[in-house]
Amino acid sequence: MAYSVKVLDHYENPRNVGSFGNEEEGVATGMVGAPACGDVMKLQIKVGKGGVIEDAKFKTYGCGSAIASSSLVTEWVKGKTVEQALDIKNTQIAEELALPPVKIHCSILAEDAIKAAVADYKKKHAEQAVP
Amino acid sequence: MLKLPIYLDYSATTPVDPRVADKMIPYLVEKFGNPASRSHAFGWETETAVEEARAEVAKLVNADPKEIVWTSGATESNNLALKGAANFYAGKGKHLVTVKTEHKAVLDTCRELERLGFEVTYLDVKEDGLLDLEVFKAALRPDTIVVSVMLVNNEIGVIQPIAEIGEICRAKGIVLHVDAAQATGKVAIDLTALKVDLMSFSAHKTYGPKGVGALYVRRKPRIRLAAQMHGGGHERGFRSGTLATHQIVGMGEAFRLARLEMGAENERVRMLRDRLLKGLSDIEHVYVNGDMEQRVPHNLNISFAYVEGESLLMAIKDLAVSSGSACTSASLEPSYVLRALGREDELAHSSIRFTLGRFTTEEEVDYAIRLLHDKIGRLRELSPLWEMVQEGVDLSTVQWAAH
Ligand SMILES: Cc1ncc(COP(=O)(O)O)c(C=O)c1O
Repeated sequence: MAYSVKVLDHYENPRNVGSFGNEEEGVATGMVGAPACGDVMKLQIKVGKGGVIEDAKFKTYGCGSAIASSSLVTEWVKGKTVEQALDIKNTQIAEELALPPVKIHCSILAEDAIKAAVADYKKKHAEQAVP
Repeated sequence: MLKLPIYLDYSATTPVDPRVADKMIPYLVEKFGNPASRSHAFGWETETAVEEARAEVAKLVNADPKEIVWTSGATESNNLALKGAANFYAGKGKHLVTVKTEHKAVLDTCRELERLGFEVTYLDVKEDGLLDLEVFKAALRPDTIVVSVMLVNNEIGVIQPIAEIGEICRAKGIVLHVDAAQATGKVAIDLTALKVDLMSFSAHKTYGPKGVGALYVRRKPRIRLAAQMHGGGHERGFRSGTLATHQIVGMGEAFRLARLEMGAENERVRMLRDRLLKGLSDIEHVYVNGDMEQRVPHNLNISFAYVEGESLLMAIKDLAVSSGSACTSASLEPSYVLRALGREDELAHSSIRFTLGRFTTEEEVDYAIRLLHDKIGRLRELSPLWEMVQEGVDLSTVQWAAH
């Protein structure tokens, strides 16, 4: 399988690898995929005032395209509000990384990871709003 | 100097041994006659060469040269054996038995026979990859006409108990076919002792050229086949088509060398394989797939838990190996062979097959060990599964959002 230059770059030098403590202020986690399917993505966002994503980290078990998709997404969500982050579509990820058709599911999973992280943020936020 | 990438995929194919190539070349330009030409010296010369090669193939497996039929490879041999025997003996019954871990050239042929009205039982294997003889016996029926079990598995290298299976089949008058594509030059095969009726061979797994193979067809007791390729009636009607003299000469020489060198080569390869295993066994959570005793020394199939196979292949691109995860082939299915062992899908996705051979060196093995240590560590740092396991989470209790 030939990988695009951008996939290789993210794979060799993944951006924002790591984890935040789950109890840290403003941290929300999205975990998608399953080991049996061959890919699991964990995306964490750290949301500051006004719902702006200040930082993001990921860990991914999966092929090079899955790693690259999640690495790219951590870069893209930073500086966006959670609502803006939801506008990131898998087609944009696939296009940026020049993913071949058999790897489109990696970009879909990355989009799902954003949705899951934002949903987790909203859930926590709602809980906090009603003390 | 180490030349990269390092070839550790000898079960996919082997290079042609230079000694084999030297023998083949004259049969392309100078000695080009059609071995079926009976009327002149061009044909006599190549017919002699073909018969010498046939004798060499027969000698490696202790068979009679008259029992060897040339084919284009083990895929064709498997097709000819299974379709040929099933069709010929269809009057006696419609049932075949094979194993879930067979090569696709057997499994897909069986699927085709099912479409033609035959019934096939696909047996499970034990966790070690070996066939349970009790399970095997229980699967045989009065209308079973053909059994197909491979000698050496291509993914995990385990050696099936063919001698015992032969006794059982012979006692019941069932034709036994054995795919030995991965076995020649690795395990001793004695067809006067083994009660095997049909056996498939391939040249390119044993340092011969691609595109040539053979099928052993027993003469005592005589096994009959319905031909699958019709034409000039070559190979006593079993397989028509002008013989590929240069390929056949290559296979003969490759099998001659295998006979002479197998003993020493196996010991050398075993030492290298054990060195590789030892070098990797201090990595946490590595699991060998398949039995280590009933196994050819050339094969090491390992799962590196919590690291996905395709990303590992990418990380170790200096090593030419293959992965049990078929993610690369668009299907996202982990290897059906590892699945048949009952490996969880996660471990099946994390497996790498290393196959060593004639030209593998100690230096190459040591390089592979260092590279793997380095890359497994890096990929585990990236792996959320590894992180969870480090935190004490039991992954089997997690509710995954499967997609
Ligand atoms: C066990 C087994 N059977 C059959 C084949 C097919 O052999 P060939 O490439 O000669 O058709 C292979 C090779 O991939 C094999 O490993």
